[in-house]
Amino acid sequence: MTIAVQCRDLRKTYDGKVEAVRGLSLEIQTGECFGLLGPNGAGKTTTIEILEGLLQPTSGEVSILGHTWRENKRELRELLGISLQETRLSEKLSVRETIELFASFYREPRSSDEVLEQLQLTEKADAWVGKLSGGQRQRLAVATALVCNPKILFLDEPTTGLDPQSRRQLWDIIRAFQRDGGTVLLTTHYMDEAERLCDRLAIIDHGQIIAEGSPGSLINRLGGHHVVEFAVSGNSDGAALEAWRSLPSVESVREDDGMLALHVKEPHLTIPALLAAVAMRGRELQHLSTRQASLEDVFVQLTGRHLREE
Amino acid sequence: MSVAQETPAASVKSPRSQAARRNGRWAGYTHLLMARMRELKREPEVVFWVFVFPLLLALGLGIAFRNKPGEAASVAIVAGAGAPETKAMLEGSPHHATFKIDVQNEATAQKGFRLGKYDLVIAPDGRGGFQYRYDPARTESVLARAEVDDALQAAAGRKDAVATTAVTSSAPGSRYIDFLIPGLLGMNLMNSGMWGIGFALVDMRQRKLLKRFVATPMRRGDFLLALLSSRLVLMIIEIALLLSLGIFVFHMRVLGSLFSIVLLGAAGAVTFGGLGLLTASRAQKIESVSGLMNLVMMPMWIFSGVFFSYERFPTMLQPFVKILPLTALNDALRASILEGTPLTHQWPRLLVMLLWGGISFALALRWFRWT
Repeated sequence: MTIAVQCRDLRKTYDGKVEAVRGLSLEIQTGECFGLLGPNGAGKTTTIEILEGLLQPTSGEVSILGHTWRENKRELRELLGISLQETRLSEKLSVRETIELFASFYREPRSSDEVLEQLQLTEKADAWVGKLSGGQRQRLAVATALVCNPKILFLDEPTTGLDPQSRRQLWDIIRAFQRDGGTVLLTTHYMDEAERLCDRLAIIDHGQIIAEGSPGSLINRLGGHHVVEFAVSGNSDGAALEAWRSLPSVESVREDDGMLALHVKEPHLTIPALLAAVAMRGRELQHLSTRQASLEDVFVQLTGRHLREE
Repeated sequence: MSVAQETPAASVKSPRSQAARRNGRWAGYTHLLMARMRELKREPEVVFWVFVFPLLLALGLGIAFRNKPGEAASVAIVAGAGAPETKAMLEGSPHHATFKIDVQNEATAQKGFRLGKYDLVIAPDGRGGFQYRYDPARTESVLARAEVDDALQAAAGRKDAVATTAVTSSAPGSRYIDFLIPGLLGMNLMNSGMWGIGFALVDMRQRKLLKRFVATPMRRGDFLLALLSSRLVLMIIEIALLLSLGIFVFHMRVLGSLFSIVLLGAAGAVTFGGLGLLTASRAQKIESVSGLMNLVMMPMWIFSGVFFSYERFPTMLQPFVKILPLTALNDALRASILEGTPLTHQWPRLLVMLLWGGISFALALRWFRWT
């Protein structure tokens, strides 16, 4: 496989003070869907805009499809489809007019009808952009990126603020693009989106990559695929935490908002022992649930914070 | 592949095989210009401010300052002894002047005078003499005093020492509306040039549309050229509307060639387009650019002779007034429209505009922020 996007030791400092990106290196293979996952303000947008050639890095190297922005700007622009976070397209133009406008910038664009059909916007072709729903607007934004038949698709928070159905529609479109051989780089702060869509992802916090790999391998690093969450009466302390840790099949323990979370390999071994331990200490079980471990758990374990804490 | 386990994606046929068309060199420019014109057409506020508002302004001012036939001085005679006689003297005077005469009590007459209803108050002293009350700072008041005095003296038997005759002139070409229409045209070219370019740019920057555009292979020069071209198209409509109003409603005479007027309009549109571009080259918010625009345009509204001649300003201000681009444009438009002066005799004015436009453009391109 060839490398579609590569950057080395990327740094971006705003006004000499705010360090948005602090030494970030990435390699994205052709045909991959790669995700930058992180909370708001982690430096995702700055990173993707540097890769898109819209921002100058303070230092570091970027190479897209083997070209640099300095040398092959115009050529690169023909090959990339970009959707920014929150672009407000002209409200008084129709969907078709907007797509045609963007198509006119490229040497060999696709036909508008085809793009309209792919993005399920054919019915809305003659509607003004101002009249579209949030999901339709976002699909139009992606349409303006796909109109050039890009090799790489950059999407900055493509589904933020959308309803579940619109999100799924967009995911389908992104997958279809990837199936046809396209490379995708997207940013998101939705862990489910990263988990379902991305082949590989980098978790970003404070302008740095704190973990990288496929969603599965990241979750594997937790040790247990399952999470047992419970709450008991009475106070808990360090010693108690140690006691829960020693239950069978438990890989790690953390306390989270008054709730205890055990990362567990085999819940059917842990739960009976947990119940017995609670009873033995004369405590009362106030809550018990189990679920699959997610990227959220990975992020919490790495940073001690939740993704959505803002 | 991904860990996703959901219903298969809505099958999308591979579109990559067929390259639909090839775009020529000017495809981007043409589409940008078309998009801009469509947006303007669909924006009712734009249509109002660019086209309807100047017409209303011209119509309103034209009516307010129209040359009233026999513009009669309006005078009040204070009621009391001698009042009816005074009125009779004025009306029967051999001196041919018409007055609008009211007999009012003291208070009403004074109030009317203060409010500008009366230009002059005549108070007969009851012994055959008169007291005039007038305001030396009001032209029409001074005029009324002189005319009333002449009329009363003539009625009382004064004879003119020399014979005089007068020829009146209120032919098109020298009325206020003739002065006003080219001024409004100039001001309108400034307003819509500055707003049309500056506001549009900052709005697009704020919406991150500029950033989205530069993320495509769009040529930046084409984008600015399209914006400017849209101004030129609007300029022609603006000129056509205002001149038609002048010609058909106020019977204005246009002496210069239409071609030279349109050429001047184009020079104005480009000049103020450049200024608009410069004003908007860095602003991130509509609010900040609005203030900046007003700051730039304010001196020209006042000094550039839109509504009244800038000759009224002190001599020491004249050089400053004359280098303003709107002064140059207004003077050039007036010379072309009212006097038919050919453009070849107007090169200093054209040079002033060219310099403003050119320097603004050059600076704007250097400072311009796309993101």
